[in-house]
Amino acid sequence: MTPAPPDPQRFVPRLHAVGRNIRLGIENLWLHKLRSLLTMLGIVFGVGSVIAMLSVGEGASRDALNRIRRLGSHNIILSSVKPIDESQDSQRRRTAAYGLTYDDVRRIREGIPSVRRLAPAKLLRKPARVGRRTMEIRLAGVTPDWFDLVRRERIAGRLLTAEDEGGVKNAAVLTEHVARTLLAAGAILGRHVGVDGQFLEVVGIIRGEPERGGGLQTPDRANDVYAPLAFVRTRFGDVDMQMKAGEYSREEVELHQCIVEIDRIEHVEPAAAAIGRMLAETHKHDDTRIQVPLALLREARETKRTFNIVLGSIACISLLVGGIGIMNIMLASVTERTREIGIRRAIGATRRHIVLQFITETIVLSTIGGLLGIGLGLLIPWLITRLAGLPTVITAWSVALSLVISVGVGLVFGIYPAARAARLDPIRALRHE
Amino acid sequence: MTPPSATGAPGPAALLAFEQVSKVYAMGDNRVHALRDVSFTVAPGEFCAVMGASGSGKSTLLNIMGCLDRPDAGRYTLDGRDVGALDDTRLSRLRLRRLGFIFQSFNLIPQLSVERNIELPLFYLGWDSAHSRARARELAARVGLDARLTHRPSELSGGQQQRVAIARALANDPAIILADEPTGNLDSATGEQILGLLQTLNGDGRTIIMVTHETDVGRYANHHIHMRDGRIARETP
Repeated sequence: MTPAPPDPQRFVPRLHAVGRNIRLGIENLWLHKLRSLLTMLGIVFGVGSVIAMLSVGEGASRDALNRIRRLGSHNIILSSVKPIDESQDSQRRRTAAYGLTYDDVRRIREGIPSVRRLAPAKLLRKPARVGRRTMEIRLAGVTPDWFDLVRRERIAGRLLTAEDEGGVKNAAVLTEHVARTLLAAGAILGRHVGVDGQFLEVVGIIRGEPERGGGLQTPDRANDVYAPLAFVRTRFGDVDMQMKAGEYSREEVELHQCIVEIDRIEHVEPAAAAIGRMLAETHKHDDTRIQVPLALLREARETKRTFNIVLGSIACISLLVGGIGIMNIMLASVTERTREIGIRRAIGATRRHIVLQFITETIVLSTIGGLLGIGLGLLIPWLITRLAGLPTVITAWSVALSLVISVGVGLVFGIYPAARAARLDPIRALRHE
Repeated sequence: MTPPSATGAPGPAALLAFEQVSKVYAMGDNRVHALRDVSFTVAPGEFCAVMGASGSGKSTLLNIMGCLDRPDAGRYTLDGRDVGALDDTRLSRLRLRRLGFIFQSFNLIPQLSVERNIELPLFYLGWDSAHSRARARELAARVGLDARLTHRPSELSGGQQQRVAIARALANDPAIILADEPTGNLDSATGEQILGLLQTLNGDGRTIIMVTHETDVGRYANHHIHMRDGRIARETP
């Protein structure tokens, strides 16, 4: 007589065997809690530091990107720079003439078709006075386009218009900071601000950009007073006299800055190159500077990429070390459980069954380590932001990546111990003690 | 089932058959003949005792019968299939479907409960948990251990552990139970109980092959094979 084989209906897909292997793995790891925990530490710290470092990197780069974006990705910023060789001449009383000219702006406007708008500006340091209150301001002679290219929130009144420009009106828009300092609590709009003997009527107030350190300056300052360019030009002229170290220095600068807005983002860099060539033709000295926020944006991305590669390498090393630790423990576990493997093989487990059991156990170990590491990786950036004030951003992909990596580490470093377990000779394994 | 071999030596009634089986081990420079030209058959329903002193080749015989090892020469057929020709995976499947093992040292997995030890063959057969559990309980009741299902093997006496092992060996409803010195680690009273249990299983029609060096244990069997120096010295009946 032949005993009936088990009811085929009781057979279920292999998937449930995976679930039971996972359960078995967890039970076996739970049996050696301290050992399992110590084994996981490599992965915990590896994954934790990956997430933490990526979040700091991401935070820093988003911060930088934000600052660059505020400069405008379609913009090119031209500035006048005092040439170095001329300043060292120390020829006193001579007038140093340099920088952007009205002609430059006209040529750029006419000669480069991708230019949409230009915002030329004269920027003069002047003392300002209302009654007894005084402060050092930066008088910015600007055209109405300025407010389109450097968008700031309007708090009260209006902005400068084409009529102000055309009529050479003495209208002025103040930043919040200047308004508070000079006018304190009183009525603001309609008051007059004295600037170097001229009187400007306050027509509006806008929010200023808070002062920040770092190489990337926004075009505006907290102490700006905006007036029509035509007004500033006719009343203050192009020659600026300043007392410096007991001597007068005279500088002749037509325009200090010009923001050029380009119609499409892919035209920005060719246009910047064309402007550079154009300026090189008419300027003998190197007295202008061209800044392209878009290029800085790309540089920032490049820096971030480098940063990620460096972090990635560090992470790989720590995960490698963690993985080797796991493999070491699993090899010890296979030796310890030789007898168990022999029993399972005698009962009828195939090599495949044994491989799956031990690989699953390794993956369970590394994945639990990875989950603890993710917990650590969420905690560290929180502490960094709280204690050091650095911006941190945890991205979903860094968490997902960490999880995938920890499963991968378990898989890679579990293969060898599992293969060793499966290769054991059942007879010898059964006699092992 | 494949037809019986063409040589005609084992009759169609044979469950397993050895034909001129030899096995040689290399021990350092020496070659040890563990089995020399061993031939015999076991019919379904027999209680067969393989007896002999240690080193007589009976363990090697059991390993080959248990599909854990292959003959170096000769043929071993189980259910008419030539075991020597099967690869490792097929041997594992054959053990899983057709054989149950009982060992001298019980060989239970220490971190698993009684219930989960009994379920082990069912896990590899792909049974789901609910059915496995029901079957494990049924088998535990059959060997008188239904009150110990959640215990660990270390919490049980030797006789109880061997009962768990018997329940585990029965889980896959095997054609043959192979017992290797099943009473070797038990006191004589407990040993008698275990042998009685095996005899009951045999009475239900299960084929049992038992390896032992204790001659008085052999009296439970109805087919005796005495081994000496790798050969069959005597076979009764």
